[in-house]
Amino acid sequence: MPASPAEHAPDGSAGIAAYDVAVLGAGPAGLAASTAAARAGARTALVDLAARVGGQYWRHREGDSGAGHHHWPALRGLRDAAGGHDRLDFLPGLAVWHVERTPGGFTVHATAAQETAGRQAREIRCRALVVATGAYDRQLPFPGWTLPGVYTAGGTQALLKGHGVTVGQRVAVAGTGPFLLPVATALARAGATVAGVFEAGSPAGFRRHPAAIAGRPGPLIEGAGYLATLARHRIPYRTRTTVVAAHGTDRVTAVTVARLDADWRVLPGTGQRLDCDAVAVGYGFTPQIEIPLQLGCATRLDADGSLVAAAGEDQRGSVPGVYLAGEVCGVGGAVLALVEGELAGLHAAWTTAGTRPRARALARLTRRRSALRAFAAGLHDAFPVRPGWMSWLAQDTQVCRCEEVSVAEVRRAVTELGATDARTVKLLARPGMGLCQGRVCGYATACLAASLRDQGGAPGEEDLRGLAARPVAQPVTLGQLAGQ
Amino acid sequence: MSDRLRFTFGDREIPAEPGQSIGAALIAAGYRSWRTTRQGGAPRGIFCGIGICFDCLVIVNGRPSQRACLTEARHGDQVEPQEGAGRAGLAC
Repeated sequence: MPASPAEHAPDGSAGIAAYDVAVLGAGPAGLAASTAAARAGARTALVDLAARVGGQYWRHREGDSGAGHHHWPALRGLRDAAGGHDRLDFLPGLAVWHVERTPGGFTVHATAAQETAGRQAREIRCRALVVATGAYDRQLPFPGWTLPGVYTAGGTQALLKGHGVTVGQRVAVAGTGPFLLPVATALARAGATVAGVFEAGSPAGFRRHPAAIAGRPGPLIEGAGYLATLARHRIPYRTRTTVVAAHGTDRVTAVTVARLDADWRVLPGTGQRLDCDAVAVGYGFTPQIEIPLQLGCATRLDADGSLVAAAGEDQRGSVPGVYLAGEVCGVGGAVLALVEGELAGLHAAWTTAGTRPRARALARLTRRRSALRAFAAGLHDAFPVRPGWMSWLAQDTQVCRCEEVSVAEVRRAVTELGATDARTVKLLARPGMGLCQGRVCGYATACLAASLRDQGGAPGEEDLRGLAARPVAQPVTLGQLAGQ
Repeated sequence: MSDRLRFTFGDREIPAEPGQSIGAALIAAGYRSWRTTRQGGAPRGIFCGIGICFDCLVIVNGRPSQRACLTEARHGDQVEPQEGAGRAGLAC
């Protein structure tokens, strides 16, 4: 396929467009990849579900001043670069449901994200693909977590930063990882009372990685800033403690907070009831890798227990022409995503437009990537999910929110029906069979299956893969499929 | 302000900011749930807020199963809570 100008259909609706590089996801990684590729001479498409660039990290409203955002000047710079480049087309509001290999490259199948605007099919052809689809909150179920008023930590941020809405007046923040801190401080700044930040882990373990900290002090300074904000608002920050149950009939009115041992088993007698009208919860992140899986890319189990797409030195996946950047190839935060994105964009432009990147630029980016990955590995080591979380489940706790599958039903699939892996559990008991296709319950189901099978074992790559494959990544109508 | 963006939810008028999602506007108006599940009939509203979990499904202008967290509120939209699969009016 020649590097010809993009060909939009005259009506702009059911169009087919041809590019050198298509970048999926307009967060930090995708923005860096698309601007690097366009600058290097590649005709580039940047595709996102949202109406604006920025992804979840820089989620913002029209006219946002950037207050409360980190690295906002970087977004402004990338947004201006993306908007002002004639080789770069930003294609907003598109839900990508499938990518297939076609002669000369790939075909990206998408539909309009706003269904109220009518379902419009779009095809985007490209010679190289950069997958920068990011991640979403990883969840562990607990009794009452399906009550309205319980939100993912990222969801409370999205509602606040993207829509100007505070989820409640008195909010409990719980889970594990440094992301709980900006969530709590943003809620407090917006006027909510934060009943406490309940960190299941004990992040003192981070001190074991002084070398990584020395190489990348920025996030630690941010962390110190958040802790100061918590202190100013008199928000308790408690470690080895989490929300083990939410209470209420048609909405959450209280939670039980309990102490955990080092393996996260609930310490008996430590439960405390706290009134609140909202809960924000997250246990790290799950990378969105359905597109690499659709294309047959190799995966690996990352240090945080997540299934990620395996990327090589040049950010290339195992399938030729597929590049990976940001959380899809290992959760590591926005600054690492920017570096990986730039590398992916430069390499994708090299293979399609023939622009050889300067060796010094590649060396500089590769060095930064190493330091940032070491820092991310230190964080993963400091905030692991420990298997004792299963001790806070009741038999009737729902694991799968969509299909309303309980812990007891998952257990029965293993102990009575003989399932030995997560995929068979899914087929027998239906967790992961609903509309979200296992995005929310996949990790927990894999943990439960592995634990029941191996007496406390952790899920392996195959367990997670069994609940991660989604041949159709977004809802599409039969009419649309028929029209393809 | 009569020219403010509004949509109807059941028999109520809900104000929304430009660019705001239906789900965000409903939360701002005090709602926490607007769907019941297919099996247990349990109430659900927004959980993930970013289009991942499909918990916040709502009927918009007669179309069932729209994600309230992603669907931008438009003036005059008719939004209804969704029970089960949201297809009670269909013979299937």
